[in-house]
This record gives sequence, C-alpha cells and structure tokens, in this order.
Amino acid sequence: MANKTQGIPGITDLIDKIKSGEIWKELAKAVTDSQIWTSSFRHGYADTPRNRVLQIASNVWLHLHPVKISRHALRIRFTWCMGGITFLLFLSTVVTGIILMFYYRPVGEYAYFDMKYLQYDVPFGMLMRNMHRWAAHSMVITVWLHMFRVFLSGSYKPPREFNWVIGVFLVTFTLLLSFTGYLLPWDQLAMWAVTVGTNMARATPFLGHEGPFAEFVGVSQRYDARSVLIGGSIVGPPALLRFYVLHCIFIPLVAGALMIVHFWRIRKDGGISGPL
Amino acid sequence: MAEEIKKKGAEITHDKVHVWPYLVRLEFLCSILVVVGLTAWSIVIDAPLEEAANPTKTPNPSKAPWYFLGLQDILVYFDPWFAGVVAPVLIIVGLMLIPYLDVNPKGNGYYTYTERKTAIWVYSFGFLVLWIALIIMGVFLRGPGWNLFMPWQYWDPHKVVALTSVDLPYAFGVRDYWMACLFGGVVVLGYFAVGTAAYMFLERKAIKSVGIVRMLIKVNLYLIMIGIVVKIVLRLGFNIKYIWVTPWFNV
Repeated sequence: MANKTQGIPGITDLIDKIKSGEIWKELAKAVTDSQIWTSSFRHGYADTPRNRVLQIASNVWLHLHPVKISRHALRIRFTWCMGGITFLLFLSTVVTGIILMFYYRPVGEYAYFDMKYLQYDVPFGMLMRNMHRWAAHSMVITVWLHMFRVFLSGSYKPPREFNWVIGVFLVTFTLLLSFTGYLLPWDQLAMWAVTVGTNMARATPFLGHEGPFAEFVGVSQRYDARSVLIGGSIVGPPALLRFYVLHCIFIPLVAGALMIVHFWRIRKDGGISGPL
Repeated sequence: MAEEIKKKGAEITHDKVHVWPYLVRLEFLCSILVVVGLTAWSIVIDAPLEEAANPTKTPNPSKAPWYFLGLQDILVYFDPWFAGVVAPVLIIVGLMLIPYLDVNPKGNGYYTYTERKTAIWVYSFGFLVLWIALIIMGVFLRGPGWNLFMPWQYWDPHKVVALTSVDLPYAFGVRDYWMACLFGGVVVLGYFAVGTAAYMFLERKAIKSVGIVRMLIKVNLYLIMIGIVVKIVLRLGFNIKYIWVTPWFNV
C-alpha cells in the first residue's frame, strides 16, 4: 500500500490536504474563480456593506427595491404589508391559473365537465382550483385594505397623487379579474351571479336598452352595452368565451402593465411615504 | 455604479437601513406565511361547485359575487342605471379625485386623526358602512326575493312583503303627473343647490385657498354620498319609493 502511494507524484500532498480539509477551500476557489461562476454571479456573498447594496442593485428581481429604506418602512404597523401580499396573491393566481388552463376549455359543452374532471381526476386539480379561488378572493380583500391604509396614512398626497390614481385602476381591475373568473366554472352559482352583474349594463344611460335616454340612441336588446359584454342577449357560451379571454389574457396584461407603473412610481415618488 | 450608490447611501442619515437583509427577509417571511396559510386553507376548504349552469332555472335569491353585494343592495333603493352603472363610475372617479380634492398638506405619510378629521370620517364612512357593511348585509341577511332575514330566521321563499311605498310628490298630495315631475325635480335639484350653497357659505374663508372648482366638485360628491343615505332612510323610514319621476329616469 505504502509503496504504491509513494509511486504516484504529489499523492502525499493530496492526502494531507484531504485530512486537513484544505481540499475543500481549494475546490471552492476553483469553482468560484471559474468563468461559469464569475459570469453568473456578479458579487461575493460575504456580509459587507458593498455586497448588501449589490445584492439588491445587481439582481433583476430585487432591484425594484431601493438599496436602502427608512427604518419605519419595515414596521408592519405602518405598512400593514397589504400591497406586497396583494402582489404575492396575484402571482399565486397566475401560477395556479396557468395550471388550470391546461385542463379547462371555455366551451359551453365542456366547461362544467372539465371542472368535474379537474376536481376528481386531475392530480392536485382540486387543490389548484381551491388555491386559485381563495387567492383571488383574498386578493380582493387585501387590495381594499391596502387602499384603506394608504388613505389613512395620507400617502396619496403630493407627490404621490398619480400613483394613487393608478392604484384605483388596479383595484378596479382586481374586481374585474375576479368577476370574469367567477363565470368560468359554468355552474349555477357562476351563471346567475354574472347574470345579475351584467344585467346592470342594460341600464347604462344612453348605451343600455333599458337605460335612461336609450330611445334617443336606438340600442336594442341584441345591440347595446350588455350585448357587447356578453356576446348576446343572455349569459350563454359566447359570454363564457369572452369572459375567459378577458380573464386570462386581456385584464392580466393591462393589470400587469399598471403594476409595473405602480411599483416604479413608488421609487420615483421618493420611496414609501413617511413623515417628512 | 455600485460605488456611487454606496456613496449616496453613506450621506443619508442613520435612519436608513439596508434593504438586504432587513426588508428582504421580512418579505420572505411574510411570503412564506401567506403561501402556507393559503395552501392550508385550500386543503381544508373546497371551492364551491354547484350543478351545471341552467338558463331556465333561476335561483332565488340570485346574488352577484360577494364584493358587488353592496351595489346590489343599493338596487333596493335606486334604479339599475344609478345603482349598477352611475354609482360604480362615481365611486371609481371619486376615488381617483381624492388626491386632487384633498388639499390639506398635513397627515402626509403618517397616521393622524386630529389633523384630518373630515377626510378620515368621509372615507371610513364610505368604505366601512356604505361598502363593507352593505356587503355583509347582502351576504348574510338577504334571502329569497332579496327580503331581509335575520340570521336565526328561516329563508322562506314564499314570504310576502307588502309594497306600500309611494313616490315623494304623492306623499305630499301632488297627483298630477307633470306637477309631480316638477315637484320632484325641484326637490332633487334644490337639494344639490341648497347643499352646495350652504357648504360654500360655511367654508367661504377656505374658497380662495382650496379653489372654487375643487370645492364645487368636492361638495357635490359629498352630497351624492349623503343623498344615497337620505334615500335609504326615506325608503325604510317613510316608505318613499322615488323622489323624482320623469318619463326618462327615476331617482
């Protein structure tokens, strides 16, 4: 044994390094000095002020944050954490929603049975559906609370007026996202809730066939604000398809764009509000 | 670039803290709690799925999604053109106008009640009473025929509630259609005119600093909000159906 090891050059060194643990440091250095590593990670991880800044500033997901914030912005009693939770719940509905889209067809003949299939046959289908629905409902509540706290702390005041307006749009789109999703299970609850909701559109002044001054515009049951919304005169398969497209494509895109503006404006308006 | 940020950061007072780790770890913790809570909730409670949609079978009561039940409840007191279309638009536009109507410079970025009492009262009343309380009522207390049921009462679909309400001009003895139309118009428009004038008089010293357009918009939004409450009180307390009946719309 001893003869053999002596025959291989440098082997005693290697054994010493393994025994002393030196080998791990050298391996780590070889990895972190490699081209692959240095091109992937732009700074060290040691807890230095420089790295704390770089951790935020050189990370695409985190750089939405400023690198430093006021101490009061950490206090849950001030922020209620509601804006962030609303965004997190939105992301949860996006993830679960995409999974649901693999199994669901927005067609009158299939939609309800796809729901049954999801609930009883698809692995974790029921869980995905539950998470999607409860996250959506929670999001409605958290966005209201976020708005309430922004009002109570006077954070809509200059220079943040514009961001408040964007926020009101986002509240509206949150409700519309939830409302359009409400129809998709295509059960009695969905159909009649949406019937009640969209029936209001027929009373739109000028543009709804039962609304004030409709006789001067000439709208009819088949051609008014409501029929545009649901693609016919009752909540039927065309309404299902319309709501599906609005729910999965149009409103998320618009809401997502507004979210980008909303978050960006927080920083441009001087970060989270606080006593001056 | 990084050095620049660092230099800037060094100049700012000690009240600032690094986002990494102080904020990011909070966000991370909060995310974990929310996701665990959502998952646990979703494992325990299933989303509802009723029988397949059937356009020939109307459930009683038919309710909108819960977050719209405040508006659906206003339908008892107002026609759909107002409760379903104009009121939501006014809510959205009114909310957007808040930063432009509230010129009080105090209370910017901190909680205070004493420095902005009116603003807090108006928003809290609108949000907690006219929005949240009506939603709770709509979800739990409105049964078949949209009748009011206490939590301990059976939701009787055959409950008969006599509709004895009359229009305001009728209650005042006006029987002619066009005279009633005129009467109602005077009452409604008079409400806004007198309300506006009274507010402008009381706040006459502030007109210059606030601005006349701003004040006019603000007072009329207030009057619409109060008007909704007035209409609810008139219906529930005095059996008044409409205040103003015209060939085109009713208020």
